[in-house]
Order: sequence, then structure tokens, then C-alpha cells
Amino acid sequence: MFSFEFLIRILPDLMRGLVVTVQATFGGFALALVVGLLLALGRRSGVKPVRLFCDGYIAFMRCTPLLVQLYFVFYVLPSYGIRFSALFTGILCLGLHIGAYIAEVYRAGIDAVPDGQWEAAKSLGLKPAPLWLRVILPQALPPMIPPLGNFLIGLFKETPLLAAITVVDVFGAANNVAGLSYRYNEPYTAVAVILLSVSLVAAYFVRKLERRYSPDAKRSR
Amino acid sequence: MDLNQLLALDVLPQLLKGAAVTLKLTLITAVLAFVLSFVIGFLRLAPNAWVQRLTTAYVEVLRGTSAIVQLYYLFFILPAFGISLPPTTTAVLGLGLNLSAYGSEIVRAGILAISQGQHEGAAALGLTRVQTYRLVILPQALVAMLPSFGNLLIELVKATSLVSLITITELTFSGRQMVVTTGKTMEIWTLVLILYFVMAYPLTWIVRGAERYAARYR
Repeated sequence: MFSFEFLIRILPDLMRGLVVTVQATFGGFALALVVGLLLALGRRSGVKPVRLFCDGYIAFMRCTPLLVQLYFVFYVLPSYGIRFSALFTGILCLGLHIGAYIAEVYRAGIDAVPDGQWEAAKSLGLKPAPLWLRVILPQALPPMIPPLGNFLIGLFKETPLLAAITVVDVFGAANNVAGLSYRYNEPYTAVAVILLSVSLVAAYFVRKLERRYSPDAKRSR
Repeated sequence: MDLNQLLALDVLPQLLKGAAVTLKLTLITAVLAFVLSFVIGFLRLAPNAWVQRLTTAYVEVLRGTSAIVQLYYLFFILPAFGISLPPTTTAVLGLGLNLSAYGSEIVRAGILAISQGQHEGAAALGLTRVQTYRLVILPQALVAMLPSFGNLLIELVKATSLVSLITITELTFSGRQMVVTTGKTMEIWTLVLILYFVMAYPLTWIVRGAERYAARYR
């Protein structure tokens, strides 16, 4: 039923797919970090239309499936002359989608900085740039690291969806193998084991980060 | 977007039929996932070390591999072992198992968040274990769990789109079919996105209401 020989034969294909998965994960996450920051800042903006746009964007992204968003960008935009490669489309959609969730992490991080810090910085006459760079962000960023790590793992687990728009990631590679050989057990088991081991190892590191950066840990030190 | 043309092509009724299937799948899966969440959540808190290990493995495996991979596993590999489930059952089971892993964490966290004093108080009043949970712990824990379960329900609405890849004719699948028959890519995918939004967005109000309700009880 389960042939290790066959598994070893298809492993190079799956590993090539895993490289694409990793590219999509980090590419998507980098974009999500930027999109999330822009959204978090936009929601604090004094201009009402900007706030409304950011709220609407977040609501829309969180209430529609990533799969349909992928289809939309991949199949609709080309008829308007905008043509991206499948992988780029995937990275774009992952970043735009997860960015809507990450905005909330930034918001929580910034809100967690005590009011006294803002007041003290302002009474010292700090301009916006040093206020943010030297006072707020150094305190807001460390507690954000563990939740951001969790979103990175979450994004990694969303990447198999890119196979639906023809990206040959690790799942797409397994689909190709299965389609050619009519053997499903080995490729899909291998994908499950690969995804599981990567996310377990990553989760271990996130837990370590949590211990290091959580406010409780600092107090007890 | 030429609305009359779309109406003539019978697109919207087809998509609405798909949306109805999406809602039905969401409801059935939600019930299954909710029940499983409590079973697994409680088992993880059981004193027996083996029960704990098994349920922890269940949660880690289901959370560590993607929902779509799990659905493919059930859809393509179970038949090879002589277990052929109808596609809808596969879909409900796959999504339900996947979500129960996340849901059980909500249950576990909700119960652990109730202070030890409540347990001691119940014991001092001479309540049995079952009474303690039924009358003291669960009423408080359930309120605290509500917003998280609401968010999980929103994730479920979106996750049902995955089962289009294992041939279930829900909203996303109907969209793909209508694109093939009419070629109106832009209009159809826009409509599909709007329909998902219309189904999922009202749930965010419920989540916000639940958050306010839970905050009042804290």
C-alpha cells in the first residue's frame, strides 16, 4: 500500500515544490508586514475616509475566502491587461490577505504602550519621527514578535491553496505526481509530514520567543 | 458589469444555489466541530497521561497540516483502504475535524481561565465534579469562549470554499462552473466575493456583541 521506493523517487520533486512553498511563505509574509503596518497606521489616521477605507479593506479581506481572492486576481486581472505569474499572484494575495490580520497585531502592540510614554515623549518636545522610532516602536515591537510568528506559521499552512492557481508548491508537486501515477498515498502523506514537521519546529521557536518577549517574562527577570 | 445580460444567463440563481450549499455545509460542520471541540478540549484536561498525549497529538497534527491537505487525504486515500465516503460526508468530516483542533484549544483555554478559587468554592459547597462543571465552571467559561467561537465560525464559512476542490458544488464551485459556461470571469468572481462577504460579515457583529457580553461578565 505504501511504497518507500516510490516515495524516494518522488522526493526530489516534492523538495523542489517545498522551495517554492518557502518562497511564497516569506514573500507573502514580507508583503503582509508592510500591508499590516499601513493598515494599522491608516486606522489611526485623522482623515476619516482613510480610516473607513482601512476598516472596509480589513472587513472585506477577513470575510472572503483566500481561494476566491486568488481566482479573482489570477483569472480576472489578465483580461484588463494586468498579468502576473502564478507564484507572484499567490504572494500578492497571501500578503494582501494576511496583512488584514496582521494589522490587528500592530494595533494591539501600539495600544499596549502606556499613555504615560506618549505624554512624556510629547512633553519632551519629540517630533513624530523620534517619537515613533525611539520611544513607541522599541516598546511596541518586542511583544508583537510571538503573534507575528504565529501568523507566519499560519501563512505557511495557507500556501497549499496556491496549487489551485497552478503554482507548483509542495502540494502542487504532490498533485502532479498523483495525477501522473494515480498513486495518492505516498505524495499526500509526504506533504502532510513535511508541513507538520516544518510547522512543529516553527511553533517550538515561537514558544521560545514567547517566553523571551512576553511582558510577564520581563517582569520576572 | 451588464446586469441584464447576467440575469439572462441565469448566473445569479446558480450562484445562490451554491451559496445555499455553502450555508448548509457551514451549519452541519459547525455543529460537528462544536461538539468535537468540547470532547477533545475536555479530554486534553483529563488526568490520564495517555489520554492527554493522544489528544495533544490529535490537535498538533490537525493544526500542523493544512485543511486542504487533510481534505485530499480523506478524499483520495481513504477509498484506497476500502472506505468510500460520499463527497459531502468527506467535506463535513474533513472541515469538522480540522476546526475541532482549533475549537478544542478555545475550550481548554476557556476552562483553564476560570480561577482555582471557583473550583475550591464549589468543592467547599459539596458539589460533585459534574455539578461543579455544570453549575459553576461552564456557565462562566462558555461566555468567555463565545467571541473565539464566533471568529472560528467566520473562518469556517471561508474554509468551505476549499471543498470546491473535492468536487462539492458549493459557491466557489458554482462560480467556476458559471465561468466555464458563460466566460464572464469578472462579473462572476465579483458576485462570488460579494456573496461570501454577505454571509460572513454579519457574523462579525455577533462576535462583537459576544465580546461586549463577555466583557460585562468579567
